[in-house]
Amino acid sequence: MHAPAIQRDTLLRLYREMVRLRVLDERMMTLQRQGRVGFYGACTGQEAATLASAIVLEPSDWIFPALRESGAMPLRGFPMVPYLCQVFGNSGDETKGRQMPSHMASRSVNQVSWGSCIGTQLPQAVGAAMAAKIKGDRTVIAAYLGDGATSEGDFHVAMNFAGVFKAPVVFICQNNHWAISVPTSKQTASESIAIKAQAYGFPGVKVDGNDAVAVYEAVRAAVDRARSGGGPSLVECETYRIGAHSSSDDPTRYRDEREVEAWRKRDPIEILRGRLNAMGIWSALDEDALRARLLSEVNAAIAEAEQKPDPPRESLFDDVYSTLPWTLREQREEMMAAPTVPRPDAKTIAGK
Amino acid sequence: MPINNIIQAVNDALRIEMRRDPRVVVLGEDVGKFGGVFRATAGLYEEFGEDRVIDTPLAEAGIIGAAIGMAMYGLRPVPEIQFSDFIFPAFDQIVNELAKLRYRSGGQYTAPVVIRTPVGGGIKGGHYHSQSPEALFIHTPGLQVVCPSNPHDAKGLLLSALRGDDPVLFMEPKRVYRASKGEVPEGDYTIPLGVLRVAREGRGLTVIAWGAMFHEALAAVTQAPELDAELLDLRTLWPLDLDAIVRSVRKTGRLAIVQEAPRTCGLAAEIAALVQERCFTSLEAPIRRITGWDVPFPYTLENDYLPLAPRILQGLRELSAYQP
Repeated sequence: MHAPAIQRDTLLRLYREMVRLRVLDERMMTLQRQGRVGFYGACTGQEAATLASAIVLEPSDWIFPALRESGAMPLRGFPMVPYLCQVFGNSGDETKGRQMPSHMASRSVNQVSWGSCIGTQLPQAVGAAMAAKIKGDRTVIAAYLGDGATSEGDFHVAMNFAGVFKAPVVFICQNNHWAISVPTSKQTASESIAIKAQAYGFPGVKVDGNDAVAVYEAVRAAVDRARSGGGPSLVECETYRIGAHSSSDDPTRYRDEREVEAWRKRDPIEILRGRLNAMGIWSALDEDALRARLLSEVNAAIAEAEQKPDPPRESLFDDVYSTLPWTLREQREEMMAAPTVPRPDAKTIAGK
Repeated sequence: MPINNIIQAVNDALRIEMRRDPRVVVLGEDVGKFGGVFRATAGLYEEFGEDRVIDTPLAEAGIIGAAIGMAMYGLRPVPEIQFSDFIFPAFDQIVNELAKLRYRSGGQYTAPVVIRTPVGGGIKGGHYHSQSPEALFIHTPGLQVVCPSNPHDAKGLLLSALRGDDPVLFMEPKRVYRASKGEVPEGDYTIPLGVLRVAREGRGLTVIAWGAMFHEALAAVTQAPELDAELLDLRTLWPLDLDAIVRSVRKTGRLAIVQEAPRTCGLAAEIAALVQERCFTSLEAPIRRITGWDVPFPYTLENDYLPLAPRILQGLRELSAYQP
């Protein structure tokens, strides 16, 4: 084990954030099973790839996330209660309950709003990077994707634009081996995802995505390169989706539990904890104290978030345009005068 | 005032706004050194350089996707889609991303992108250089859709679009790109979106048209002064200037809508629905749609497809003569 370039304080902070995300995801999946939230997409098993990459970024850098990078928001200082209000889709959600759970976004931490159509964020990320370059900013754009997204046209379009314009963007691919039920071997015949960068004229590296230090170092190099005018990079983090694709998915129908077990033994949190133990900066006592504190923080945030009311009905028509056109004004009046049907409770949505 | 065509007017508007606002950038296929296949961006590369007049790789989803990212980051991108028939590789970026960004982010992120694209047939362009896909975008909440018929309106509407905070699909009628000439004021002026132009006043019947077909409708009503037609040039297709349409129909009692696109689920159908909701007791005849047919745009038989002046005139005469 070589001495990592990452500072001890950063390493400890990263570890705490990874554990927080694990605790949070476990609690939210429980809430989903209890019928208290309608849907959830957990990051379990991928905490290193998500957080050890995001921790490299400066606050002014932008993240274009895919499904499993919401956890970068708390890491970058976004408070837990509005974060959880997004899952409940209530009035505490900065995005006003407009999207299904696990689609968090906030301008305050430069985390861009994501649509669910795979890969569409990638050309946009390159456009933002082109704009940063045109404006002479030092901003770097982190463009996240999964292995499935590498089959989309938008991935290739984005890689090509990034290479041609030498845009300050870092593509971070979480190759978690499964796009819902389809394995990576059915997404590509290439020997890796990283190698695809070669065709677009910039470097691609593949790292052990469950080793937080390896992810950090690879993303650090790519971000530094982008910031200093060296252009784009692709970092493939090989990791594994320990849980289901989402709360609506049953992975026992398509993958071998022995494969999951093998990856459980390579848990990114345990790997990092092993490093911290070996460095003598983390003890079992620290671990117990951290988990107890995080669980109590998460539970308090859930309790506060869960009780907030839904967004007001009339807000349905806001933010379609910058101002309300006559069509929407009329339709809003019509809706407000119409009989209401209450929102189905989360139990119904969750199929409980 | 100088006499210009629509291409010159568009070019003029882009140059004015690029001089005024350093955030405005143009991007697309062939828009840079070449100045665009229709010459709409001619001279901009020389004046503003490659950072602001960007020749992109040939990928419409990339052009629009990159424009969305640029706009989020604070620029005012003006992507060109070379023919509106080529817009479909970018359909997902426009419909699912551009149009919904403000809404889905609770107003935190916006993308004021103005997509310029030539539309329409009658140029011997066959299936893939002739379509009029406006209805698909009007049907998408979050977009505004503009289609001027003449250079004066093209310049003023484009300047308004470039200064607005919402995404705009700016459709340029290529059949009359050069044929439509007129006086265009020099310098800066705007025409607000959502306001139609009464091109000819009358009391006999109302005709609504836009883009290239406006000129066909004008030819038809000019040939038949006895119809006493009121001709409305829609200019902004969405949001619709419904108040002005309703005023006219309440006066005339008869309405024809000329639309180059295929008939079914087109903008003419929506206008007809809105007008019957508001003018039911004023109507003296069924609302008439004079449109392209529900077929892919043809090459050889394009004059049979298009609602040209003779077919419009026949329709207007039947509308005028209708007795319940």
